[in-house]
Amino acid sequence: MIFRNWALAGVRALALTVLCTAASITLFVLTVVSVVLIPVLGIGLITTPWVLEGVRMQANLRRLLAAQWSDVRIPATYRPWPPDLQGGLIGQAQRTRHLLTDPATWRDVRWLFTDMIAGSVLAIVTVALTFYPLEGYVIAAGVWDPMTGGGDSTYWYGFVPVSSQSTAFMAAGLGTALLAVGLFTGPRLLAMHFQMTKGVLAPREVELAQRVARLTETRSDAVDNSAAELRRIERDLHDGAQARLVAMGMSLGTIEALIEKDPAKAKELVSRARGESAEALTELRDLVRGIHPPVLAERGLADAVRALALRMPVPVEVDIDLGTPPGRAAEPVESAAYFAVSEVLTNAIKHAEAQRVWLDMGHRDGMLRIAITDDGRGGASVDKGSGLAGVERRLGTFDGVLAVNSPVGGPTMVTLEIPCELSSPKTSSF
Amino acid sequence: MRAVIAEDLFLLRDGLVRMLEAYDFEILAAVDNGPELTRALDELEPDVAVVDVRLPPSFSDEGLQCALQARAKRPGLPVLVLSQHVEQLYARELLADERGGVGYLLKDRVFDADQFIDAVRRVAGGGTAMDPQVISQLLSRRAAQDQPVNTLTPREREVMELMAQGRSNAAIAERLVVTERAVAKHTSNIFGKLGLPPSDDDNRRVLAVLAYLDRG
Repeated sequence: MIFRNWALAGVRALALTVLCTAASITLFVLTVVSVVLIPVLGIGLITTPWVLEGVRMQANLRRLLAAQWSDVRIPATYRPWPPDLQGGLIGQAQRTRHLLTDPATWRDVRWLFTDMIAGSVLAIVTVALTFYPLEGYVIAAGVWDPMTGGGDSTYWYGFVPVSSQSTAFMAAGLGTALLAVGLFTGPRLLAMHFQMTKGVLAPREVELAQRVARLTETRSDAVDNSAAELRRIERDLHDGAQARLVAMGMSLGTIEALIEKDPAKAKELVSRARGESAEALTELRDLVRGIHPPVLAERGLADAVRALALRMPVPVEVDIDLGTPPGRAAEPVESAAYFAVSEVLTNAIKHAEAQRVWLDMGHRDGMLRIAITDDGRGGASVDKGSGLAGVERRLGTFDGVLAVNSPVGGPTMVTLEIPCELSSPKTSSF
Repeated sequence: MRAVIAEDLFLLRDGLVRMLEAYDFEILAAVDNGPELTRALDELEPDVAVVDVRLPPSFSDEGLQCALQARAKRPGLPVLVLSQHVEQLYARELLADERGGVGYLLKDRVFDADQFIDAVRRVAGGGTAMDPQVISQLLSRRAAQDQPVNTLTPREREVMELMAQGRSNAAIAERLVVTERAVAKHTSNIFGKLGLPPSDDDNRRVLAVLAYLDRG
């Protein structure tokens, strides 16, 4: 058993040596060249996805070997591909951007570098410890004779000068000592190699812990928010539309009783019932706007923000670039961004008494950025339980952030950032 | 008058058909989705189309898009767009070709049959019918910018609101219970104060006022 493990470790280390030296060095060089070529006519944009694909295959192969040979599990944490990659050159550029913004890619590249140096040294030592002792026995078995020309010259085996049968036996002795060491350390050296790989390839645990803490916090915010929203909707329906419909029903009942006795009075009640129904509709409409604005459902974020700006009582200059036709973010992200913009605009006009507002919205590097500047009197802040604090909390659910720069006296600049991917809008079916 | 109706909810579609028929409209088609609406507008050549903004299959603003496309193909094709909510953005798109024959109303407006039918007829005749909500939003926005709008008397402002909705002098006079001559005087005052060229043509006047309100 122990011999089997030792032999296996030797063969495996030999394979690793090839992987570490040939494959890792090649891939590392290709990656560096490919990334350097990105500014050169965009050549790198085309080659990078292919090269990094190779890097990932190399890393994944090592993950597999680590698990099978030494039971070392190395998690792969590549970000999933966005759902709407285009074909051709644009798609290739999209892939390049996606890959280069993924921290796992950089961990891979760092690993290639350590692998081709430290990794190969460890592997070569393991190989040497396995196969070098064998040479000692071969020498002692009589091969020393032709090797040294019958003792005319000296062949160095380790630190043993071989020039006769007796020194050849000493070489076999050294080989046995090395074999003893190899039997014990071979499999361990291999495991060490994989542990080192894990140390470089796996995401840091501190990072993960921080991420978990942040997710826990934002999740409870999200749950609180949606519960509060539902309570608000329930109250609005109960006190609003529901009550109006009850009143309408009552009016209709009275009309039924009066229609023959007192037509004039009945007619008056009919018009009142119509008024009630119009009120109920208005209230429902406002409520719907507060849940999910219809224009957002119909047109997406870009036009919804334009429509929102048009509804503001002061001029809002809007500059939106989400591509043509405007790309769509996931629905919850669009909704969060819309309500955040709505809150910031309302703040600017109501509290800062702004006369003009400028709104810029764009999407770059996987990040939706919205900047809202106003000429109001400033002094806005994210703390003191303001509306902006609520915005910050709600954006947190999407790993979004809010920055407020608002000196007293103005101007105020609010910047929102939400990481998200844009997809091209659904083409309509006619 | 020959009309096409596009509305996906059966109850509302049925109600619209009944109402228009009661006012002597001939209903050429009552459809419930975008592709059929496009076909009806292409083939049936109606005098007016009453269209819901949101239609299947996409349930986005398909009705509005169909209407805009049909008008691009047949400029001035009268279309009255109905919606559960009004957006200035949509109003602006409908008015963009400055051709008239356009209406944009909240669905609630069908409660008042006389007023609604009046709006349909106005649109069919090449006029405009803009929802009072759109106009009041436009006006208050304009007023907030310290514009000549603020020099209007309350009565002139009232006349301007009604005019921007697309109503004729006669209709405004009836609504405000004044003579048509008084309305004509108010309108010429309004045009003077806003610096707009006077015009006797009702439709062109309305479009001028709307363009003024939506500027900037």
